[in-house]
Amino acid sequence: MKPPPRHAPRRIASTSDLRKFQRMMAAAVLRPLTADDRLQPLWIDGRPMETVAAEFVKPNDRLTSVERLQLYNRMYWFRLFDAIRDDCPGLVSALGDRAFDRLAQAYLERCPSRSFTLRDLCSRLERFIRENPRLTAPRTALAAEIARFEWAQTVAFDGEAREVMAAAHLASAPPARLRLGLQPYVTLLDLRYPVDTYLIRVKRRDALRSEASNTPVEAAFHRPARRAALPRPARTLVAVHRLNDRLFYKRLDPAAFRILSALARGETLSRAVVAGGPAATPGRVRRWFKVWMALGWFCAPGNKSGARAS
Amino acid sequence: MPANRFNGQTSYGIGIGLRVPHYSHILSKKPVVDWFEIISENFMVEGGRPLALLDQILEQYRVVQHGVSMYFGSADRPDRTHLRRLKGLARRTKTPWLSDHLCWGSVDGTYTHDLLPMPYTFAAARRTAEKIRQVRDYVEVPVCVENVSSYVEFHASEMTEWEFLTEVVELADCGILLDVNNIYVSSKNHGFDPYDYVNNIPHHRVGQMHVAGHTKFEKYILDTHDHPVLDPVWKLYAHATRLCGVTATLLEWDDKIPSFDEVHNEALKANEFIDGAKRAAV
Repeated sequence: MKPPPRHAPRRIASTSDLRKFQRMMAAAVLRPLTADDRLQPLWIDGRPMETVAAEFVKPNDRLTSVERLQLYNRMYWFRLFDAIRDDCPGLVSALGDRAFDRLAQAYLERCPSRSFTLRDLCSRLERFIRENPRLTAPRTALAAEIARFEWAQTVAFDGEAREVMAAAHLASAPPARLRLGLQPYVTLLDLRYPVDTYLIRVKRRDALRSEASNTPVEAAFHRPARRAALPRPARTLVAVHRLNDRLFYKRLDPAAFRILSALARGETLSRAVVAGGPAATPGRVRRWFKVWMALGWFCAPGNKSGARAS
Repeated sequence: MPANRFNGQTSYGIGIGLRVPHYSHILSKKPVVDWFEIISENFMVEGGRPLALLDQILEQYRVVQHGVSMYFGSADRPDRTHLRRLKGLARRTKTPWLSDHLCWGSVDGTYTHDLLPMPYTFAAARRTAEKIRQVRDYVEVPVCVENVSSYVEFHASEMTEWEFLTEVVELADCGILLDVNNIYVSSKNHGFDPYDYVNNIPHHRVGQMHVAGHTKFEKYILDTHDHPVLDPVWKLYAHATRLCGVTATLLEWDDKIPSFDEVHNEALKANEFIDGAKRAAV
């Protein structure tokens, strides 16, 4: 969002005026709350908030301009904190309430929502955690992996499903020329921690949002975290996917992971099998492909938003 | 106005919002409900469980789409991805009309995910009407705009909220989703007579109504959708029904959601007021 004007326009006689007005109001709504959940007493330029709010918000006989504006400021933060907690139960559990709230506030300040849907709110969280390690120290590596995993769950929950590649096509096409895409809802993860089993221990949200009221509930904002014992480091190769519209995590053998990753990069089938290494014996490869086909993981290649190995 | 061009010439009765806690009840018991309102954004996804559930609902019920983030009043242009997905969903649901709010909530592509009130000016009305037309022409479905509840008023406003609503819908030639609870909430927060509001809008444009519960605080009222509808709101609804005719009506209940039957029975209370309006008209 571009910086707000120094003063809200007194008259709104054009779309340009409307945009300036909306930048001013949005800057106030998005302004971080004080420790006691109030609108900050000073505006961006150091002027008292009362002065700035009174320039564009009318008081009434019960509330000052600041108090009226504060209602929206609080609702914004309560709503977004609520949404981010809903999407990140594992991260809340791993960091604890205070550290998670600090992270969430910093993230939302730096990366406010750029999507019409709150579903996308955490799409940049893993990167933000890695770029701002002090916010999650000493658990930054674990926190980043949990954020990555929880975003993969979102993708698996409602990501695109493409037409499954027919087994006959797979059997008949020459492996040296055959390229397979992975379904966009499948994410391959190479993790330093067993985040899958950790998240199973933390109650996972597996439901749809359905709120239409524009009033979030303060109690939800302040609810305590559910804690689970932190995992010890252990390399974990896993696919986050869905089957029959339910989320699943599937552990993968290292050779199987290398093959799937190569296919996701656009390698031909024969090159992907070679990438699997000596452990990718013909018998094992056949068994793996039989399972992956049954899961419906393969589609035509060439999707940009499709599955990624990371 | 039971059927008009703003609600696709339909005569829908009393519906309720489709909400997650009721899914299993609805799919297993198949209760008789005239129609469901869905939050469009919850289903503007590319696959998975949301769409699978929606398809199951569509096999049994009539569905109308209600959006929460088109932000007709934002100075920004409509988001192309948003429009494309909205149109795709409208084709899936065959919604006879769709609605969203007379508000703004994004600027320069940053979203507040709130329904922020408009400054009631002629320039803002023109811009808002232009966007409503753009959306309607792209999606090719009649549009109704809903009045929001609000907690602030602006110095820049040049007219009342109901004058602004009228200006917008006349310029856009669109319908109104009249939320009588929102009128009541705003009337208490801003000190106007809610009957002035209902009396002074173009009644022939009302294609749907909303009723809901709210929460009173010491100095203001919040539109929380977590209670049964309060008596003053039902009275206002009865008055609106007398003026607008029997109109498709939906109960919103979005937080502290009780059983399906409790929500549906609360919605069906609207029948008492509809019957009263019919008797008064004879």
